Amino acid sequence: MAARAIWKGNLKLNSTKIPVKLYSAIQDRTVRFHILDDRAKLRVKQHMINPESGDEVPNEEIRKGFEIEPGTFVVLEEKDLESLVPEASRDVAIKKFVPPDVIPPEYYDRPYYVGPDGDQSAYFALAEALKNQEREGIAHWVMRKQPYIGALRAQGDHLVLFTLRSAEEVLSAKDLPRPAGRAPEKKELAMAKQLVELLRGDFDPKDYKDEYRARVMEFVEQKAKGHKPRLKLVKAKRKTASLDKVLAKSIESLKKEKRSA
Amino acid sequence: MPKRKRATATEEEEQRGARPMWSGTLTFGLVSVPVDLYPGNRSSRTPLRMLGPEGVPLARRYYSQKTGNDLDADSMIRGYEIDKDKFVTVTDEELERLAPEQSRDIDLRSFVPLQSIPPLYFDRSYFLVPSSGSEKAYRLLGETMKKNDLAGIATFVMRGKEYLVAIFSENGILRAETMRFSDELRTPKEVGLPEKTRVSSAAVKKFENIIKKHSDNTLALSTLKDEKAEALRKLIAKKKSSRKNVVHVEMPEREEGKVVDLIEVLKKSLAGKKKAA
Repeated sequence: MAARAIWKGNLKLNSTKIPVKLYSAIQDRTVRFHILDDRAKLRVKQHMINPESGDEVPNEEIRKGFEIEPGTFVVLEEKDLESLVPEASRDVAIKKFVPPDVIPPEYYDRPYYVGPDGDQSAYFALAEALKNQEREGIAHWVMRKQPYIGALRAQGDHLVLFTLRSAEEVLSAKDLPRPAGRAPEKKELAMAKQLVELLRGDFDPKDYKDEYRARVMEFVEQKAKGHKPRLKLVKAKRKTASLDKVLAKSIESLKKEKRSA
Repeated sequence: MPKRKRATATEEEEQRGARPMWSGTLTFGLVSVPVDLYPGNRSSRTPLRMLGPEGVPLARRYYSQKTGNDLDADSMIRGYEIDKDKFVTVTDEELERLAPEQSRDIDLRSFVPLQSIPPLYFDRSYFLVPSSGSEKAYRLLGETMKKNDLAGIATFVMRGKEYLVAIFSENGILRAETMRFSDELRTPKEVGLPEKTRVSSAAVKKFENIIKKHSDNTLALSTLKDEKAEALRKLIAKKKSSRKNVVHVEMPEREEGKVVDLIEVLKKSLAGKKKAA
């Protein structure tokens, strides 16, 4: 079944506009639980309370504020927050193109498939051009009152638009000190290299299945039927031997595995 | 990002990074590296608080539809809705026991070239920090992956959900990117995108010229700005200097809702000191 578009707009490169539709590329399969009141076995409700008095504060009396110092808040009224909403537009402006490896993985947020809205020739021509040039476009647009920065990529013959996180939302490893402890020895590095080479492969997403999801659903179904499946206890971990001994043992057992495979 | 319902104040604290979200073992071969997992993303540096009419910061509470009383963490349970308002309850312990033994560790069973994972898969980012005594093996794994341009791949179960992760080594730090499973990504066909039609080489050429003209080999990450947050900070600064809409309330020292500096927490854990409260 074809998915419903979540947004309509135009890709804008220079003066060229390509009408497109966006579709979520994600199919969420998380097993959804509700939070229940344990006694009544009913969904809980939420409210905001004044923690000192314990009194509920109704929605219309709630104000929003930013804490500038402990206990001191700048209060923002509804009209203040509305003034922050960017001007509405249907254009996804693409003004810059970069090689596909300059944006680190942690910046990619949500992917959307871009589909042509009407004329298909310009859409497929742009996808082909991005692929040929090995570039992704840096996109700016406003969607549902939010400003977004994104990356437009060719994925096969089609286009995908990712929303990107902003630099302030991503913690950088560069801001962190290197972990304490001594540097690995040459011998250990050589063995570790040998070990990862034995485990080296290509990334094939089909190799990985969410088996736990199925186990949880099976368990829920059993319980729904009135059964109470027995579950094994979780055992505590045991300690391991010295690093180079463990490395040597790992290499040996992996080699054995490969030989017998 | 859709926001998930959070069950307790503790979970919220973990989300904000004051405490590790998960503590476990990273393994490669038979080598095990005990690690703590912390979030690597934060929602915003300018979080707004909900305030009462006099400016008192409010707290979110769950309450019973039946009695109207507030509920604490012990009086709440997870439920899967099998029929309208009919639930099968599942405890944290059951969820933990349901995880197969091998899924309780992050077992790196495969190492892949860094550029081989399409970004379509990436979801959220976390840092793995060595827990006491594991620094040596941690550094060994980090340096080995870095030198050989490899990322480690594993699946593991954390708090009632299985994750596919790619572990990257960056600046001596291990970063875990959770990934979507292949059945959580739609294909263009499933979405209903049309198949490629013939395109004129002139049209491709035209776009190639635009791309070439506006290409750059680098991108300053600082240009990836949160424009709305910047506008919000400007507005806050303006109001602050005019002392307009500024309220002060006397409050006892509180933990709930306190802004945690994730970088500070991580620095402390990496220095091998006791974690920040």
